[in-house]
Amino acid sequence: MADTQNNSVAFVATEVIPESPPPARETGVVKWMRENLFSSIPNGILTILSLYVIYLVLAAILPWIFNGVWTTSSLAECREVLQGKTGACFSVLTERWNQLIYGFKYPVEEYWRPNLAFVLLLVAIAPVLFFDLPRKLLMFTAVYPFVAFWLIWGGTIMAPIVAFLGVAAGGIVFQKFGKSTFAVGFFGGILAAFVVWAIGGALIPEGASENALLPAVPSRDLGGFMLNLMLGVTCVSLSIPLGIALALGRQSDMPLIKGICVVFIEFVRGVPLITLLFVASVMLAYFFPPDSTVDLFLRVVIMITMFSAAYIAEVIRGGLAALPKGQYEAADSLGLDYPQAMRLIILPQALKISIPGIVNVAVGLFKDTTLVSVISMFDLVGMIRGPVLASTEWNGVYWELLGFAAFLFFVVCYGISQYSQWLERRLATGHK
Amino acid sequence: MTTLTDPPKESFRLSMLINDTRYRSLTFQAIAAVLLALAIWYLGNNLIQNLRAAGLNISLTFLGDPAGYDINQRLVEYDSQSTHARAALVGILNTLLVAFLACITATVFGVIAGVLRLSNNWLVSKLMAFYVEIFRNIPVLIWIIIIFTIMTAALPGPRAFRGDNATSSMLFDLFAFTNRGIYIPRPVFESGFFAATSLNWVLVLAVLAGSWFATRRVNAAATAKQELTGQRPNTLWTVLAIWFVPFAALMFLMGLTFDVPALKGFNFAGGIKIGGPLIALWFALSIYTGAFIAENVRAGIQAVSKGQTEAASALGLRPNRVMNLVVLPQALRVIIPPLISQYLNITKNSSLAIAVGYADITATLGGITLNQTGRAIECVLLLMLFYLTASLLISMAMNVYNASVKLKER
Amino acid sequence: MKKSVVFGALTVAGLAAGAAAAGTLDDVKARGKLNCGVTTGLVGFAAPDANGEWKGFDVGVCRAVAGAVLGDPTAVEFVPTTGKTRFTALASGEIDMLARNTTWTFSRDVDLKFTFVGVNYYDGQGFMVPKELGVSSAKELDGATVCIQTGTTTELNLADFFRSNNISYEPVPIETNAEAQQQYLAGACDVYTTDASGLAATRATFEDPSAHVLLPEIISKEPLGPLVRHGDDNWGDVVRWSLNALITAEELGVTSANIAEMAAGTNNPEVNRLLGSEGTLGEMLGLSADWAKNAIMAGGNYGELFEGNIGEATPIGLARGLNAQWTDGGLIYSPPFR
Repeated sequence: MADTQNNSVAFVATEVIPESPPPARETGVVKWMRENLFSSIPNGILTILSLYVIYLVLAAILPWIFNGVWTTSSLAECREVLQGKTGACFSVLTERWNQLIYGFKYPVEEYWRPNLAFVLLLVAIAPVLFFDLPRKLLMFTAVYPFVAFWLIWGGTIMAPIVAFLGVAAGGIVFQKFGKSTFAVGFFGGILAAFVVWAIGGALIPEGASENALLPAVPSRDLGGFMLNLMLGVTCVSLSIPLGIALALGRQSDMPLIKGICVVFIEFVRGVPLITLLFVASVMLAYFFPPDSTVDLFLRVVIMITMFSAAYIAEVIRGGLAALPKGQYEAADSLGLDYPQAMRLIILPQALKISIPGIVNVAVGLFKDTTLVSVISMFDLVGMIRGPVLASTEWNGVYWELLGFAAFLFFVVCYGISQYSQWLERRLATGHK
Repeated sequence: MTTLTDPPKESFRLSMLINDTRYRSLTFQAIAAVLLALAIWYLGNNLIQNLRAAGLNISLTFLGDPAGYDINQRLVEYDSQSTHARAALVGILNTLLVAFLACITATVFGVIAGVLRLSNNWLVSKLMAFYVEIFRNIPVLIWIIIIFTIMTAALPGPRAFRGDNATSSMLFDLFAFTNRGIYIPRPVFESGFFAATSLNWVLVLAVLAGSWFATRRVNAAATAKQELTGQRPNTLWTVLAIWFVPFAALMFLMGLTFDVPALKGFNFAGGIKIGGPLIALWFALSIYTGAFIAENVRAGIQAVSKGQTEAASALGLRPNRVMNLVVLPQALRVIIPPLISQYLNITKNSSLAIAVGYADITATLGGITLNQTGRAIECVLLLMLFYLTASLLISMAMNVYNASVKLKER
Repeated sequence: MKKSVVFGALTVAGLAAGAAAAGTLDDVKARGKLNCGVTTGLVGFAAPDANGEWKGFDVGVCRAVAGAVLGDPTAVEFVPTTGKTRFTALASGEIDMLARNTTWTFSRDVDLKFTFVGVNYYDGQGFMVPKELGVSSAKELDGATVCIQTGTTTELNLADFFRSNNISYEPVPIETNAEAQQQYLAGACDVYTTDASGLAATRATFEDPSAHVLLPEIISKEPLGPLVRHGDDNWGDVVRWSLNALITAEELGVTSANIAEMAAGTNNPEVNRLLGSEGTLGEMLGLSADWAKNAIMAGGNYGELFEGNIGEATPIGLARGLNAQWTDGGLIYSPPFR
């Protein structure tokens, strides 16, 4: 009877009306714009205002970039080519590229050395940053500092080898005795390292650096963006162990040690980095033995390391405080002593929580390495403000150079902070 | 009967220094004390020997000598015959000034950007994200130099205001924006009615206090009426009148006029000048730190549970009132601790004034004074002492404030 | 050499250097390099060129000393210093001599314990203004905004000048020449002041140098010269007489072109004494007999250095003026070689 029913009731639709498309204002671009750009009148005003700001900025910058001149050899020539039009003289970047990246003194035929060191740095740092990589790669990371030192400074290969042997001897001694008594292993390890260094230092002949495989480059000749990278990497990696020690010291219940750590951390965090750099450049020389001078680079590394160690110590202290008290008590109840508890239970967890904070400190520190330009070191900013802008050819090119420096730093720092966010997401899932 | 005997007295053995936890900490502290003393002795001894070899000495007497240089931005009386100590004081005040101004504007920028970044307007939130990323990832020194350069290049020099076909003109004929700074009118009291200047200040304060009390009364009355009838009378105009009318009358009585800046010779004369270096540094520090504060604000707002927002919306509050009355007050507790460290960063970063020629403490004591006297050790030590004191004071003050807004748990 | 263990390791690594306290001259000879402090970049006086070679008038003095002591004018390690770091660098032994357009003043000589060994450039602080301002004398600068390049005694001279003439001004101290110049060109200051030589060098690099004038007033005496530490008189003598050798060579007509021929012996006994073919002057200084010849060969005599780096043929275009030989009415005067 279905048939009759279908035919008899005229007002019942017999077929499904095809889906009609949603109204134009509720689909696609229009809908997206209505929801995200013009949801209300104030929002609409904000959108239009933002568009106007974007237009202003682009209108100022784009012609400047696209009219850029890349091939002239001086500013006067570049102005001639532009003939009064808006346009950038990017030729300063091509012409002074080497100086901006390597400093003005690093020998041209040796540029492959820092380049290689940089590539190896990426290899060495990968297992630290990404936990999925095979752990064996960490071996290379351990050797890397000595390889990089030799590559960049050159000179006798004995120096880094002795340094490495010292560290290795210290490590072996620690492995041997540290299991039973931590203190004996620790101090014994340090002692062993110093013994090896002393013997090695005495064995290396005086003029060993003269005819070395890689010609020695004095650290005064380092410069440009390379110097920023080197300072950043060296100081951050040196300051992490120091920061851990300071953080543990600050939590210690020995009043004297706690006092020293608190005073140190608060002092360093209370003064600007630039005053510490003044200390490095004008004061520190008076605190070394009278008949010796210490390289400015080393002095700066010492001060920046102290600076970042204090900040990293605070980050790690936060990590230690965030651990539930049960972890400490569990370690105690297992009968672990303090070094064992720290090494096996507390630090692995606390450090894991602290990694994003440490990365933030590292980014900040890397940016702060530009301050060395104030104390006559020719890092990227120092090269720009000093030799490049002072030269007769390029006197007066500001935007191109500053923009280039800003761009380089942005690329590196943004990359690191994206990594940090990725890591944070990853670590967060680990806790759930 | 057995008698109780004391347990055998443990004799002290040397190995207990390492193995017995009762003594071990003492051993370590003793070692640390010895090492510390050795380090201090070593460094001090080197210092003394070096200074003796160079024939120098450490003394602060140079602070009493005439400085011999001029400073363009000064909050206290200073000229080139004043002492180095006075120059350092000028520098200290300038540091505090720029740090104070930058803290305020950075907070404003940061809160605006942080809130707008969570806006449901896609373009605005992306723009704010762009602002935050670009400022956080480029060194502040580069930003200070860029902003200083932009300022001098974009604003006209005083010469542009001169002549018949001047290319620039003053805003409302009152404000002049030049690349040497901004000139604004300065209030001058001709003192037509009262002569004593200190009395004038007392009067001003008295009138302002009176207005404040009157406003409170009006508001209290309005609240009372609201509780009675449910209708809150509009008090805006009354309050405005209470503030404005007596104050204007007082100003009129005191003969207030404005000293409007005008071109004279090479520069604008008259009015108040806010120097170019100050503006550049102030703006650069605010916009740079604002990006960091924006992130803190965003994190703070996101830390407020969504239920709070929904509850507030369910009560019928509008979005901006939800933000102002419910979310921000709660977010504040999360925001304030990192905000304190941003304020400290501003104070410390103000030492980069050196790049724009602003006469802060690093540029006077740590710059020209150090240059001219060659007293490196003394100058740098004093410089660090100042920053240390300033940092400790700021963090103390802010911690007190933090404690006062903390959630009172009972 | 007395060094601790750590220092030994650092020295081997090239990051630290132990310097025996015996005497700077012996140290330099043992090291085979002269550490010479220069500015971080002032065209004409000391600045690295596009290839990273240091060039300039002060650099020439360093090279001459290296030539005299080591026989090799390229055996110089140039240490860039700022106004702040230069004195510490010298006092702490990081550099052996400072040739960084440093003004010889009483307090630097006496209070800071340095020895100025001579004057290689008589400078004075001047003013540069845009021509369109129509200013013809510094005394008309009442109320002007003045950009100062900090570093030498500039700020002090400026304050003294305006104070003694009872006119007001607004100082804008800027660290580097490049930034001060940008401020000046953008009109953020009416006047730019620094040493007259620096002004000339700066103006030379402008897009339109003729739109700017140097005012006639020179408001200070700025004798710029190399300096060494107090107390090592031997070393002070070496630097002093290396500079004097350059000056005397110009006076006697010894140039880098004819020096080989003159060193063989001439009729002029002073030339012979200078170039070592007669007498034992080199030995007295503790140097080789041909020390002065090497110093002059490094970059030519005083006049050649001047003309090659800052003279009228260069973009900087400075006239000799006060820096002419005393025989030509200038102040450049060397004690006799006898």
